[in-house]
Amino acid sequence: MSAVTDEHGHYFVPEPSPYPVLLAGALFLVGLGAALLVNSFALGWAPLAAGGGLTVYVLFGWFGRVVGETRAGVYGLKEDRAFRWGMMWFITSEVVFFASLFGVLFYERNIAIPWLASFSGPHSPLSAYAPWPAFHVAWPSSGPAGKPFGIVSPWGIPALNTLILLSSGATVTWAHAGLRAGNRTRLKLGLALTILLGVTFLAFQAREFAHAYDELGLTLHSGVYGATFFILTGFHGLHVTVGTIMLSAILVRAFKGDFTPQDHFGFEAVSWYWHFVDVVWLLLFVFVYWL
Amino acid sequence: MSKARVLSAGGAIPVLLGPAWAHARAFYDFQAPVTPIARDILFIHDLFLVIITALFLIGTGTLLYSVYAHRYRRNGIPATFTGPVGRKQWFWASFPFAVLLVLDYGVLGIPALHSILALANTSGSAMTVKVTGHQWNWQYEYPAYGIGFTSTLSTPQDQIADEAPKDKHFLLEVDHPLVLPTHEKIRIILASADVIHAFWVPAFGIKQDAVPGYLRQTWVEIDKPGTYRGQCAELCGVGHAFMPIVVRAVDQVAFNQWLSREQAVAAAQRAASGIAYTRGQLVTAGRKVFDAYCAACHQPNGLGLAGAFPPIAGGHPFAAAAPMIAALRARGFYRAGDIVVGPIANHIRIVLHGIPGTPMPSFASQLSAADIAAVITYERNDFGNHTGETVEPSQVLAIKTGH
Amino acid sequence: MSAIEHPADAPPSGITRWLYATNHKDIGKMYLVFGIAMFLVGGLLAELIRAELLTPTMRVLSPEAYNQVITVHGLVMVFGALMPITAGLANYLIPMMIGAPDMALPRLNNWGFWLLPPAALLLVMPWGLKLIGIGNGTLDTGWTMYAPLSIQSGPGADFAFIAVLLLGLSSTMASINIIVTILNQRAPGMTMLKVPVFVWSWLITALLLVAVFPALMAGVIMLIGDRHFGTHFFSAAGGGDPVLWEHIFWFFGHPEVYVLLLPSAGILPHILATFARKPIYGYKAQVYSFCVIGVLSIVVWAHHMFTSGMPPAANIYFMLSTMAISVPVAVLFFCWFGTVWRGAMTFETPMLFALGYIVLFGIGGLTGLVLSDAAADQQYHNTYFLVAHFHYALFGGPVMGVIAGIYYYLPKVTGRMYSETLGRWHFWLTLIAFNVTFIPQFLAGIAGMPRRIPDYALQFWHFNLVSSVGAFVLGASQLLLVYNIVRAMRGDGEQASGRVWEGARGLEFTLPSPPPFHTFTTPPVIE
Repeated sequence: MSAVTDEHGHYFVPEPSPYPVLLAGALFLVGLGAALLVNSFALGWAPLAAGGGLTVYVLFGWFGRVVGETRAGVYGLKEDRAFRWGMMWFITSEVVFFASLFGVLFYERNIAIPWLASFSGPHSPLSAYAPWPAFHVAWPSSGPAGKPFGIVSPWGIPALNTLILLSSGATVTWAHAGLRAGNRTRLKLGLALTILLGVTFLAFQAREFAHAYDELGLTLHSGVYGATFFILTGFHGLHVTVGTIMLSAILVRAFKGDFTPQDHFGFEAVSWYWHFVDVVWLLLFVFVYWL
Repeated sequence: MSKARVLSAGGAIPVLLGPAWAHARAFYDFQAPVTPIARDILFIHDLFLVIITALFLIGTGTLLYSVYAHRYRRNGIPATFTGPVGRKQWFWASFPFAVLLVLDYGVLGIPALHSILALANTSGSAMTVKVTGHQWNWQYEYPAYGIGFTSTLSTPQDQIADEAPKDKHFLLEVDHPLVLPTHEKIRIILASADVIHAFWVPAFGIKQDAVPGYLRQTWVEIDKPGTYRGQCAELCGVGHAFMPIVVRAVDQVAFNQWLSREQAVAAAQRAASGIAYTRGQLVTAGRKVFDAYCAACHQPNGLGLAGAFPPIAGGHPFAAAAPMIAALRARGFYRAGDIVVGPIANHIRIVLHGIPGTPMPSFASQLSAADIAAVITYERNDFGNHTGETVEPSQVLAIKTGH
Repeated sequence: MSAIEHPADAPPSGITRWLYATNHKDIGKMYLVFGIAMFLVGGLLAELIRAELLTPTMRVLSPEAYNQVITVHGLVMVFGALMPITAGLANYLIPMMIGAPDMALPRLNNWGFWLLPPAALLLVMPWGLKLIGIGNGTLDTGWTMYAPLSIQSGPGADFAFIAVLLLGLSSTMASINIIVTILNQRAPGMTMLKVPVFVWSWLITALLLVAVFPALMAGVIMLIGDRHFGTHFFSAAGGGDPVLWEHIFWFFGHPEVYVLLLPSAGILPHILATFARKPIYGYKAQVYSFCVIGVLSIVVWAHHMFTSGMPPAANIYFMLSTMAISVPVAVLFFCWFGTVWRGAMTFETPMLFALGYIVLFGIGGLTGLVLSDAAADQQYHNTYFLVAHFHYALFGGPVMGVIAGIYYYLPKVTGRMYSETLGRWHFWLTLIAFNVTFIPQFLAGIAGMPRRIPDYALQFWHFNLVSSVGAFVLGASQLLLVYNIVRAMRGDGEQASGRVWEGARGLEFTLPSPPPFHTFTTPPVIE
């Protein structure tokens, strides 16, 4: 049966697959475990671990299946376009996720903190009733009842990390150019460099978190500054981790001979994701560390 | 308002609904307004009702006419148009939207802008009252006069449990109403001790959230003496329905008399903290405090609610999330799956400061030392607890002041 | 390669047909069945609420249980019933309406559906845990989850928040799939301004979901942080603000209202045109209105917070921008009127529900205009006036709309006609009982009754008595819908033709009823 499709031909509809329902079940177990654990029921580890294991199994199976279908050549132009649109809209949803975290940072810093301090100002009609009489506008701030803490200087590791991530954006683009020119050595070398830079970034970031916790007293408990700092950098770090894993998978596929100069959507999807993570970091550097 | 008036205002609406708008001019109106803001808002409301009723009748009338005239049996051959054609049709098709814009931003928008700005203007007030929402009662303070008190639902538990006939002001009666003078601009500052509450008195036309850690302001100028009733308007937990607001508006002379009485009471209360009471006196007073402040969670029978609110009665099993159990155990109120009656000092501390991380709030600002002594004595000598102990106000004061 | 084969033309048998489904019709059916089942669950909870409110002190539920029931009623109706039913219609219909063989990403499609049952299970599981002595039941804050009440709430809250995360994942995936399908899978010649109105309505709906659901997910993660990890996003002591949660929630929550509304507003013109035997009036105007509504819905959220103490300038902005929505919504009404005007109408059940939709949703929309007034909202906010308003806007609109859609497409899906007599009974009982339920709630709100209270003052009794009686009839009459559906699914009733309705147009009506398992594997020709 010819499976190759074109603009006017058949669209590939996969046969029934066990992976989606298994993945839903796996996430249910993860969610159940998390809900139990945060409420101090140690039993929660069991569903969490089972769900995590199942998730890994499904990801291997599902992506393996898609890779198999790609190799079998069942995807034509239209399928390729569907994947591209899908990845782009997924990244859009991620943009919204980070945009809301930045929105929270904006609100806490520019609305909540001044509002809290406004009750106690010398000209405030409410100064006699101020809930936090000694509180003044400040940023960074751990709020009216927070403990003091030190901040991470932007010009140390964060600046270095900016350089690292920007270079990794360049190396992945270099690898892409290599792939398009049919130079597979450049593809593999570029990917490997990108992964290396990603891992380095993560190592620095982990060191920075430890430094913040152990020496600066900057923790999740440090009021809105600590909370927004760690949720933004933490979720970014999580995305770098996922991106690095995806890059590694792409590198493995590159070694197995996947991707042609014309057709390499898997590579492109991951590189889009990587560039997105890159841009988020730039914004983080400016709004979280610098300003 | 007379029955006859109610019926005439009700018109064709069933008499069954009569009692409901006994406070209003008509069934479609808010409770009779007694402040400038409430009158403004009632005006807007009535304007809205006229406009939306007209729009609804025009729309539904058109539709019903079409249903009648353009049904298959009467009009077998349908038209085929798919939009306006020509300048004239476009003009008439756009016309309703132009009218709508005028209604939105002119007829309705201008009075709204006026009211929003009037509502926000709290300056020039003659007096300030601070209102603090608690789970689940309201605390009123008159900072300029050095008095303050907590206002708690006074509807008896047996009426709520449907075991006694209900009072006229069922669920809308408190032990200690807020008293305000008429014909004076009064600034109300709102705060909250725990979660978001909302202070709402329909006759005043104000509804303002009280947000923990922040302050909010609003104002009233009441032009008619009377008793006005409202309720908390933001879901604040299991007692949300049971924290009414009752405001007694009186003229300036009566207000001054009330003030001096309250100031005398406050002075007497301060003195009372030093007096020693008998156990019987404390238990009797404590029962009232318990019903007003504790029964909503710990239940009138003291058995609590499984998983959420621990029993007061010792010897009863209790299970809940780990932080709550740990806190109870650390304070000596929990042993081997059961609630036990712990040490007096910790008991006082729990009531005074609450238990952070659990729903148990601090009562230090709401209850006097005498009240706390009474309720603890009551708790330790009822619900099957027979410690025979007496807790005096002086003991509470000692712990409160840290001596 | 032999390992990769095209699927068979017939559905696989047994349970794996549903568990492993990749066929859009099967997945659509699962969404519909799940949604209708949840509609019954949510309805049952509503009846519990109305039973509690039958008299001022009725104790069907403790105040604690009452708060949990209203919360789950809201969450189940929004996320469990309405969204899955509209998503089911989308999955079933969109590929056929645009001449595509299936959704663009069939496996992702199935994942999106199968995330729903786990989410529902997590939401209600705390009630089960309570029975064995763990926790105090499920979330009890109302579906709005306002901090800090939701931070204070018991372990059930975490289950509910994680359920919301799964729902967010599900909605985002389903939306991405729908967007890609509409953009990529159209048959040759099916240009964007030829796709049916329903498809357009879902395109805007899906874009809205992608644009706002991640914000709610971020917010819920922050709530969990405040509950368990010591953060202070929503607590003043650390510099946070409880009102920030309200902003996050309504930034999601207001567009969510249109997510519920738009698909039903999209299906309505099809039904009106079919039974008026006339083409749709103002196709482009409706499409543009959807776009404008979509954009406006993202910038008006804080009209839900007029009493939260925002500065007057913010109140004025949110009031004025909210009023602007009345214009595109009025355009939709105008087009619906234009579609039936001078038609040749017959009044089968779908048409009755569609006309009922226009009237009831009209009341919901007009009272919404009233509520947009930031000053008057001092009186309306959080009263039964508001409760009545959003039930007119969400039951009067979307629920009536999807019921109309279900009756309209039931013969197409099952190949069997439903009982017209029972359908008409269902409509009239629903219309009358709905108004008997909710008109008294408008009046109770105006008289001063706050929402979310289990016991109330005596002056509100009669309103509530009438409302509860109406609600019992309303609930019971929905069983007629269930009967009609089950009857058609079992193959009883008259055989439906491919066109089903005399005036029906659209690619889906060129197929037999029920359509074959795979349709348009070769793209149709579009004139």
